[in-house]
Amino acid sequence: MAYVMLEKVGKTYGRHEVISDFSITIKDGECLTFLGPSGCGKTVILRLIAGFEHPTAGEIYIGDRLVSSVEKNVHVPPEARKIGVVFQDYAVWPHKTVYENVIYPMQMQRIAAGDAKGRTLAAIGQVGLGELQDRLPFQLSGGQQQRVALARALISKPDIMLLDEPLCNLDANLREEMRFEITALQKQTGVTILYVTHDQEVALAISDRIAVMDKTGRIRQVGPPDDIYEKPADPFIFKFMGVSNFIPLEYRDGQIFIGESDSPLGCPVPEGSLERIKKRELIAGCRSYDIELTHKESQTRGTIRRVIYLGATVDYLVAVGKKVFRVQQDIREAGQGGIPFQDGDQVGLEFLDLKWFENQAIDEEVE
Amino acid sequence: MMIKKHFGNFGLAEILLAISVLILVIVVAIPVLLILWTALFVDGKFNTADILNILSQPATYEALKNSFIIAAGVTFFSTVVGVFFAWLVSRTDLPFKETMKVLFLIPFMLPTLIGALAWKMLLSPRAGYINKFINDLFGLDGSFFNIYSLSGIIAVETMYLFPFVFIQVTGALERMDPTLEESARISGAGLLTITRKITLPLMLPSIAAGALLVALYSLAHFGVPAILGTEAGIYNIPTKIYEQIYQSGGSFTAIRTGTVLSTILIISAALILYIQSLVLKAGRFQVIAGKSMRPMLLKLRGLKLPLLMFSILYLSITVIMPTVTIFLVGALKTYGINFTWENMSFTNLKYILFEWKMTKDAIWNSIYLSLSAAFVTMIVGVLISYTIVKMKVRGKFILEFLGVLPFSLPGTVIAIGVILMWSGKFGVNLYNTAWIIFVAYIARYMAFSLKSNSAALEQVSDSLEEAARACGATHWQSLKDIVIPLVKPGMVAAFFLIFLPAMRELTTSVLLYGPKTRTIGVAIYALNEDGETVYAATLASVALIIIIIGQLIIKRITQSKIQGVQ
Repeated sequence: MAYVMLEKVGKTYGRHEVISDFSITIKDGECLTFLGPSGCGKTVILRLIAGFEHPTAGEIYIGDRLVSSVEKNVHVPPEARKIGVVFQDYAVWPHKTVYENVIYPMQMQRIAAGDAKGRTLAAIGQVGLGELQDRLPFQLSGGQQQRVALARALISKPDIMLLDEPLCNLDANLREEMRFEITALQKQTGVTILYVTHDQEVALAISDRIAVMDKTGRIRQVGPPDDIYEKPADPFIFKFMGVSNFIPLEYRDGQIFIGESDSPLGCPVPEGSLERIKKRELIAGCRSYDIELTHKESQTRGTIRRVIYLGATVDYLVAVGKKVFRVQQDIREAGQGGIPFQDGDQVGLEFLDLKWFENQAIDEEVE
Repeated sequence: MMIKKHFGNFGLAEILLAISVLILVIVVAIPVLLILWTALFVDGKFNTADILNILSQPATYEALKNSFIIAAGVTFFSTVVGVFFAWLVSRTDLPFKETMKVLFLIPFMLPTLIGALAWKMLLSPRAGYINKFINDLFGLDGSFFNIYSLSGIIAVETMYLFPFVFIQVTGALERMDPTLEESARISGAGLLTITRKITLPLMLPSIAAGALLVALYSLAHFGVPAILGTEAGIYNIPTKIYEQIYQSGGSFTAIRTGTVLSTILIISAALILYIQSLVLKAGRFQVIAGKSMRPMLLKLRGLKLPLLMFSILYLSITVIMPTVTIFLVGALKTYGINFTWENMSFTNLKYILFEWKMTKDAIWNSIYLSLSAAFVTMIVGVLISYTIVKMKVRGKFILEFLGVLPFSLPGTVIAIGVILMWSGKFGVNLYNTAWIIFVAYIARYMAFSLKSNSAALEQVSDSLEEAARACGATHWQSLKDIVIPLVKPGMVAAFFLIFLPAMRELTTSVLLYGPKTRTIGVAIYALNEDGETVYAATLASVALIIIIIGQLIIKRITQSKIQGVQ
């Protein structure tokens, strides 16, 4: 096990700069996720750590070992880095059986046949494929192939496991199951994991820390999942982590109004923020479930524009003046007042929890 | 600690690139440059007068004209025949369609040289069996059809080249998205309108691709015009080049004329390939779906049986009749006598297989030259394809260009190129040895190997190899354990794609053979020239048997592949 450190790493393809001046440390034994939209360079970083690509600037350490350095002209080839990689397309070798796939790293390390066999069978058992060791990959389901890939990556006890969106080709149920299994395997083995994904749910579920990246390949925030979700550093992260509403604010006649409407905001603002709201330097954000809809009289009124029944929740679009909010109501809550709201209903809005951001660049694309 | 210094830029990638480029430059690029140099420059000076002089000679002008007439005719008729049969087996309810689909590929396996030889026996003006039969039947004295003519050459080439079009068009028809036709039908169009307005335009790129392959092949084809044309004084470019070099005993003037004519072939071929790439690019809208489909089938009704009979008759005339003729004539005691049991024997076979040194040598030369050329080309092809498909190195585009070049080089051009390169001018003299044919085969068939191996390598996702590296395998180990086993079917396919045509090669080897290095193709051609028709047929029978065995092996291999890993 070992920590991984990237120091001012840069990578350019021709004239295209994918990442630059990129520094981060993955701690020993933690599961760190690079979360970001497609094309943000997260996979490139994984490939740089694996040694499949050479950085064009900076240094990479795995443990105390310098594995890549442009200045010192060091490039340790992938096979000498003690890594395990699980690819998005599994990369299970189609001409080898499950057993042959998993034992391959042992053979490369010239581990004595008996020992290797025992460890291979144990690894296959660990991922729950004990019965299937003589099957060829085309006889396995996607999830089973993914387990083969996991077993193969884990067997040689790597310093770090690199997982490149390994769950995104699986269906929803399987994805959930594998998510738990990866967490369980990490607890068992204590291996350091670098996980790359664009799926915030997976990231929240498995990570010790998440590093959110934006389109330009920069890290916007690093922290534990609850920090990222509850205390997003900027609107981009807030937007990226789930369904979000942004509320522009206007101050007139001694009251705070929702931008471009006649409805007052109707909930307290943090201490000392009023001056900044007056100058339009702040903007509020809330999740779809942070807005409560009521039949009661309320200062803030809106019109239901669209109702979608989703089973556990009901999803509304509510117009307040020219501003449209997305609101989700728990099905039980929606049912309490009789029936859920209908298209065209007048409703009262209450904001339960507002997050405050600098008023800038909320239009930044997250996908 | 295992820190490997990444010294300079000299990794495995660069070494592979260097080797690949070196091989392609020596085998392909330099010979072509030498042809152009020799054609365009005399004593280091650009020389147009000489080129014009060569081109204005009636004989060369005539050869050029013939080459283009033959190519145009063969392309036209092959397209008509190929599209018709392709449509018949994929879009109608013709009985035994699957079987017919396979049968229509057989003409491809019959070497054109042997086909031409058979048709000479059947339709030569005086002695042809069919001509004699019709004369006897109707008491005539002329000839029913004279195969020694431009139309004879076009007919015979069409018979054996139309599968180029057939394969392309059936493939496209089978993969075409049926909803395109269905939506036209919903809009109220009849089947005829759909075929004319929807299907045919959508098929145009595939038709054109097949037709251009035929044109490319026919333009520079030696065998058929050599057997059917020379007797009547009809020469095309390859036969003219051969005649000039042969008559002058390999003089430099003749070779220079050869280079000028070769240059014209190179330009024409480049033009054809350019047009093909344009057509293929234009046709790249998404009409072809990957999924299987049930297309609308035209009900043939009363025409069902007649059309089936017609197809069978066509195949009987173009494939079975010539093949049977070759085997029968090959067993005759002397040419011209009747096909009765008393007149047939295995004596000829025994003679050419075991007694006559010339034919024995030819068979042996062809076998070992084809095997070794196929083997070397297969290995080198993997190496070059790997560098092209998988490597991230600078300067790869040179390789891509050089890799495509052999596609456009006619056999005659390659022969002239290797003569210029390997006849001592550059310190190595391979002339009159088997080596020069070996080198020429590698140049000629490299394109096949690259195509087959690249296709196989593109199927191997990069992550498979990277997974091996992550598991601790070095680059070489990942090649050996992962890449090579996965592309093996492609390599085997490449091997046979080279071995089979090399076995019957004539166009290139006829310009390169020495007293001891005749190939089967050369020997059949020479025997026929010398009037040894029977022995030519016997040797052709042997060649056919070897080809049939080879085809059976390919079939076995491709079938076992389906059963194994997908």
